[in-house]
Amino acid sequence: MDMEFSPEDLAFQQEVRDFIAENYPAELREKQDEGEEMSKEDFLVWHKILHKKGWIAPAWPVEYGGTGWTPTQRFIWSEETARADCIRLMPFGLAMVGPVIYTFGTPEQKAHFLPRILSGEDWWCQGYSEPGSGSDLASLRTTAVRDGDDYIVNGQKTWTTLAQHADWGFFLVRTDKDAKQQEGISFLLIDMKSPGITVRPIITLGGEHEVNEVWLEDVRVPVSQRVYEENKGWTCAKFLLAHERTGIAGVAASKRGIEKVKAIARTEVDGDKPLLANAFFKRKVAELEVDLAALEFTELRSLAGANAGRGPGPESSLLKIKGSEIQQRLTELSLEAVGHYGAPYFRGFGEGDNEHPIGPDYAHRAAPTYFNMRKTTIYGGSNEIQRNIIAKMVLGL
Amino acid sequence: MDFTYTETQDMIRDTLSRFLSDTYDFDTRQKFINSDGGRDPAIWTALAQELGMLGAPFAEEHGGLGGGALENAIVMEELGKVIGIEPYLPTVVIAGGALKAVGGAQADAFIPEIIAGNAIIAFAYAEPQGRYDLSNLRTTAKKDGAGYVLNGHKGVVYAAPWATHLLVTARTGGATRDREGVSLFLIDANLPGIVRREYPTVDGSRASEIYFENVAIPSDALLGGEGTGLPLIEQIVDEATVAVCAEATGVMQKLHEGTLEYTQQRKQFGVPIAKFQVLQHRMVDMFMEVEQARSMTIMGVLKLGLPANERMAAVSAAKAKVSRGANFVGQNAIQTHGGIGITQELAIGHYFKRATMIESQFGSHDYHMDRYERLVLAD
Repeated sequence: MDMEFSPEDLAFQQEVRDFIAENYPAELREKQDEGEEMSKEDFLVWHKILHKKGWIAPAWPVEYGGTGWTPTQRFIWSEETARADCIRLMPFGLAMVGPVIYTFGTPEQKAHFLPRILSGEDWWCQGYSEPGSGSDLASLRTTAVRDGDDYIVNGQKTWTTLAQHADWGFFLVRTDKDAKQQEGISFLLIDMKSPGITVRPIITLGGEHEVNEVWLEDVRVPVSQRVYEENKGWTCAKFLLAHERTGIAGVAASKRGIEKVKAIARTEVDGDKPLLANAFFKRKVAELEVDLAALEFTELRSLAGANAGRGPGPESSLLKIKGSEIQQRLTELSLEAVGHYGAPYFRGFGEGDNEHPIGPDYAHRAAPTYFNMRKTTIYGGSNEIQRNIIAKMVLGL
Repeated sequence: MDFTYTETQDMIRDTLSRFLSDTYDFDTRQKFINSDGGRDPAIWTALAQELGMLGAPFAEEHGGLGGGALENAIVMEELGKVIGIEPYLPTVVIAGGALKAVGGAQADAFIPEIIAGNAIIAFAYAEPQGRYDLSNLRTTAKKDGAGYVLNGHKGVVYAAPWATHLLVTARTGGATRDREGVSLFLIDANLPGIVRREYPTVDGSRASEIYFENVAIPSDALLGGEGTGLPLIEQIVDEATVAVCAEATGVMQKLHEGTLEYTQQRKQFGVPIAKFQVLQHRMVDMFMEVEQARSMTIMGVLKLGLPANERMAAVSAAKAKVSRGANFVGQNAIQTHGGIGITQELAIGHYFKRATMIESQFGSHDYHMDRYERLVLAD
């Protein structure tokens, strides 16, 4: 057991640093520093640079376009991109449906969809939750009825993240009403431009248009766009949930987040000292760092288990619970740190607007981000559901 | 970067675990901690001579298994699982660590005695006024001819009643809290002028208040430099702190497992209480603390070799987290057991007592958070 990087690893680390320094778009950096909301194009510009370099999907098998990096190299990659505050990559294609397709898909599905995910040509969204099916996902009621070589899909999905940008969606639908809940579900890939699909925005607490309702009315979906067997979609869903949870710890991003909080707290003044010298605030930062170290080493242990052929198992629920709590505490500390200037509501720069927004740059999105990040303990299986999973799968209760 | 255990490390864990499950069940432990001597010396002998376990962290040329801090952590975790009172921590981890660090003739003379099970060494570092500050020392060692004369009072010296030797921190110069002037001595436990008041501890061990009254000690008892011993003492205490984190992991794991087991047997309202979601989620929270304690122990082990400031920050982060976790897991184990948890009858309460003492051993949560902040979050 050791934490040393080999000379090859150190060379790789330098290569990654140089690549980011030379290729990360300056305009994007500026927009991030101002705290503006990101557009579809903002998300895609970095995606396309990485695709061109061949580094867009380090977690994928090499045969489908992965990098073939060692676990240590992947660790270095996530550390370095977080350190450099690179914009996050959309997970829906790369981390969610992509692995489902290369694991369960037909050769035709792999050949068609995987390259388009890698290139960023298709933007994906996830059609899982329904108004009546949140934590109890398997109770979903959207139906798909066979009609020749098509399914006719009817129902309503909700909380569909960035569906307003999406070209494709992966949907869980009920194909057998009489089977036990989990056994009558199928996994469909649906073209979001299909007739009968309506996407309506839901505006969340920070004022963002991030999630949507998706209505499906007599939407025709070719049977060839079903992944895996009919009525076996829950297998894909469970695979995806476990896959989703491993990245969800967000350790590298939270490390970067702590540095940002510290930078704010060194700038903000409390009495005659920086806020970071306030014993109470400092203790909260320190506790967060300690908890993040515990999360980091838990993730490293879990990765070591995965390399030895175990997992990602149900213990990845632990990473989700602790990772999301830490992300929330970070946004809470940022908001606390900016004091009065958490209140002004920054709507982004208007057309031809040259006036500087109210308050310091780092304060613009403190409150909206705090509000927005309440989602992390709710999505991907709420933290209560994660505890149920651990109780059942790990503790055997 | 590598997070796997070697075959030898797996072998150490398996061998020790098998030995302890054969020899160290709860009733047997209670029998010998309640005996006059407070322990069964045959266990220590077997650990040394049958298992070779006391050589785990020592070099092969001294007769050891060639390991280090990770091997110590493995042994301590297994001892934690049986709330073992064997003096592995002061003898092997602390005194052994000091001897490894200074090397030379002293290491050559003492390490084989430790490995053979002949030497039990207690660590006399704490003083009534000092709390967790290692330099807050009133015990003095004054130069006298070729040797030194020791005077002072050391408090709560675990394993001292069993010790053949004492590892003592004392001032050879400077004022009570100076960093300079601190020295480390390894002395015979039965020198004239050493007065011990012996007592049991709440967690099943034995300890002493030790009074040094003009104790004459030879010059070769000094480990390391005269007056410059503090960095060495800080290093071995950090190694000991990580070892205690490992022990805590074993104790916490058993508290958690015992609670899981009990809630599946105990019925109320006609069902096992493990069916209640509020208890399930509590036990998941306990599980997460156990896993994080294990993670922090590994972090501590892996960072012991870093430069002093980074090492101390990592060890403090680990101990702060483990102290909180031990508190949480211990208290919730008792709460979940209900009334039976607060009796002496079940093992669970005895694990709780050890977990509670571990919380503050080598520094409480607050102490380590303060140290962490001084090192990492200085203004």
